[in-house]
Amino acid sequence: MRIPLKTTLLLATLLLLLLALPAGAQEPVSDDEVNEVAKELYCPVCENTPLDVCPTQACQDWRAVIRTQLAEGRSAAEIKDYFALQYGDRVLAEPPARGFNLLVWVLPVGAVIVGGFFFVTFMRRLQQRTQVTPEQIATAPATSPNGQTLTQDDYVSRVEQELRDQSKS
Amino acid sequence: MLADIGFITILLALIAAVYAAVAASYGAHRGDQRWVTSARNATIAIFPLTVLACGLIIVLLLQNDFSVEYVWRVTSRETPIYLKISALWGGQAGSLLFWNMILAAFTAAAMLRKWDDQRDLMPYALIIASITQIFFLLLTVFVENPFARLDIIPPEGNGLNPLLRHPGMIIHPPMLYLGFTGFTIPYVFAMAALISGRLDDAWIRTTRRWTLAAWLFLSLGLILGGRWAYDVLGWGGYWAWDPVENASFLPWLAGTAFLHSVMIQEKRNMFKMWNMILIILTYLLVVWGTFIVRSGVISSVHSFAQSAIGPLFFGFLAIMLVFSIAWLLYRRDQLSSPNHLQSVFSREGAFLANNFVIMGILFATFLGTNYPILSELVTGEKITVGPPYYDRVNGPLFAVLLLLMGVAPLMMWYKTSLQRIGRAILWPAIAATLFVVLLFVLGIDSAGALLGVWIVTFSAILTLLEFWKGTRARMRGRGEMPWTAFGRLIGRNRRRYGGYWIHMGVLVMAFGVVGSTFFQQETQLRMETGDVVSLGDYTMTFEGVTRYPGPDDLIITEANVAVYDNGEYIRNLQPRTELYTRSGQPMTIPKARSTIAEDFYVLLVNWEETSESVATLRLYLNPLINWVWAGGVIFIIGTLIAAWPDPQDVRVSKAVRAQRHSNISPAGAVGD
Repeated sequence: MRIPLKTTLLLATLLLLLLALPAGAQEPVSDDEVNEVAKELYCPVCENTPLDVCPTQACQDWRAVIRTQLAEGRSAAEIKDYFALQYGDRVLAEPPARGFNLLVWVLPVGAVIVGGFFFVTFMRRLQQRTQVTPEQIATAPATSPNGQTLTQDDYVSRVEQELRDQSKS
Repeated sequence: MLADIGFITILLALIAAVYAAVAASYGAHRGDQRWVTSARNATIAIFPLTVLACGLIIVLLLQNDFSVEYVWRVTSRETPIYLKISALWGGQAGSLLFWNMILAAFTAAAMLRKWDDQRDLMPYALIIASITQIFFLLLTVFVENPFARLDIIPPEGNGLNPLLRHPGMIIHPPMLYLGFTGFTIPYVFAMAALISGRLDDAWIRTTRRWTLAAWLFLSLGLILGGRWAYDVLGWGGYWAWDPVENASFLPWLAGTAFLHSVMIQEKRNMFKMWNMILIILTYLLVVWGTFIVRSGVISSVHSFAQSAIGPLFFGFLAIMLVFSIAWLLYRRDQLSSPNHLQSVFSREGAFLANNFVIMGILFATFLGTNYPILSELVTGEKITVGPPYYDRVNGPLFAVLLLLMGVAPLMMWYKTSLQRIGRAILWPAIAATLFVVLLFVLGIDSAGALLGVWIVTFSAILTLLEFWKGTRARMRGRGEMPWTAFGRLIGRNRRRYGGYWIHMGVLVMAFGVVGSTFFQQETQLRMETGDVVSLGDYTMTFEGVTRYPGPDDLIITEANVAVYDNGEYIRNLQPRTELYTRSGQPMTIPKARSTIAEDFYVLLVNWEETSESVATLRLYLNPLINWVWAGGVIFIIGTLIAAWPDPQDVRVSKAVRAQRHSNISPAGAVGD
């Protein structure tokens, strides 16, 4: 089937118009849309305060920047990149996984894996020791739940100690 | 005049601490009990001296004596009396002095109470306790002297930091300090055991309740801190993985691991080395936490060097680390245990798995907290490690921990058959699955939330079954009525069932955390009088803004909104902003309508100077958030049950003491 040239041109024009539409006639950006982006950014001035809740004037201005950029049709990722470029990586809620900052992501995972390996070998080694005998269990200290026997032992040993001291002097 | 007396008082306290360390060392070296007794008396004397110093600061604060720098810094003439008193811990120098007083109180109490029972450990315990006290007193006397004078007397003071004027913030720091300093007692006795070579579990038994008490206060501090953040900071949440929060959470984690693993040593005489490592770690994290909060190293590596306090803390941390590790290595042969692990599927195996997971959380949190400092040192650029990092790394670890919480109590000491565990968990697993399927049918489709709910339900059923099984056994065996059986079950096994009670608290909190994390809704908009907004089942009508002066230098801007639940009027809320004109610091105080299901939480974000009919409001719907607080209350009750002195223990120690007085004292008197 052949599509007439006229129809093709018309469709192309419509498509172009549709593409151009978002930039031209747009709904005003709502606070919720601004906060959606601001939530994932940190105030470059205050300590550990997300941009969406920071009450300072500076942060209000930064939220205005986000609003303008959203109105211009930028995506959340683009805006975050813009802020990171302007104020450094510290405005990002989590460090980007590149360069030195890769470590903060790799280390915990590595630690759990390496720790897990040691943990398992440690458990194995503990299990491979000589079989425990019932007498050992019976004589294992501190089996008394209330500590009474031990307190008494303490007491007995101290009496003996004092008796020895006495006989020496 | 009073300030001079104050300074002399803390100087005397420092001298007493130095004397105690020297006398205890000499006494231990010569084996001369008289020197040790003298050291103990000096240690005890520090307590009244620091109390006097704190009292003097309070008097100066109440007198508005702005010639003292600290008074000028933290109060003004209009500060209400109760805030003037709590201003004792409202600033750096005062906090440190207050810290010193609590440390002295704990130390003196421990030395008095344990004097008769632990003669062998005492000289060394005194040395270590004194070293800690010397360090903190040195800071107070030479670096952060709360009695320091100003050359020119200012007519008016700065006023207390607005953030610290909330009731939650008045009791939150003392709780944390009690928790922090409390952990020095088990550390002190652990080190005494290492140095003296008396490596049985005497030090653990001696300090068990001290550890629990410290842990209780630290838990209370953390919960109150969360509540304070929710009520005052105005961001709709309670925990942000902020470095200051982490600073108190990390010692808590290490302490939690310790509380679990000591039980293996008590029952099986294993893992002595590991328990030593854990209590040393807890102590070092306490010092590190104070360092992080007090040195300003978090804001920038550069502010670290500006005050002498940072490098001093760092040095002390390094010395204690090396000192502790050196003793640990020296005694390592005596710390190894002849006993072995019979099966991984045993109570001791479960405790070890718990320790492993907690260590994972601890490592990730420690790394995340210190990473900005590290990054600034290495690359010169500061970065932020925010909640998304912790959620992603710690989230799965917490899930495993909660699962262990349910399964571990089923494990027996030595060995448990897998069939037995399988049988015990079958029905709880099915019940939890049915519950999750029901939620899914009702429209909850977040996989993470469903998994979280499954784990919490599963573990909660298993924990409740522990109570049920114990109660039933008593009812059958002794023919007791249900409530009597339940009460006695807990009363006679406080540690065990207090522990399960704590687990229940954690699970209830976890349920609240899952709800409020996964299903929080929010919206923000500019409203004019009469405008209506809806969120969830709630609708809210904006009725205007008013502005009026508050006490002191405060200007309050208050919005008035009417809240409707499913179209039915509930009540009006007045979220507000407080501006402290002197410091220019604004505070956003949210108001909420709370139910067991959710909080409807409203913030006044912005308004127009010229109009009373326009404001920007932010609304949050926080589902299940009250479960977090309810879980916290259950948690604290459980800790109290576990820490409460056993009547039996009291009887035993009284009997021992009575015996000693009738037998030993005469013998000793003859010996003299």
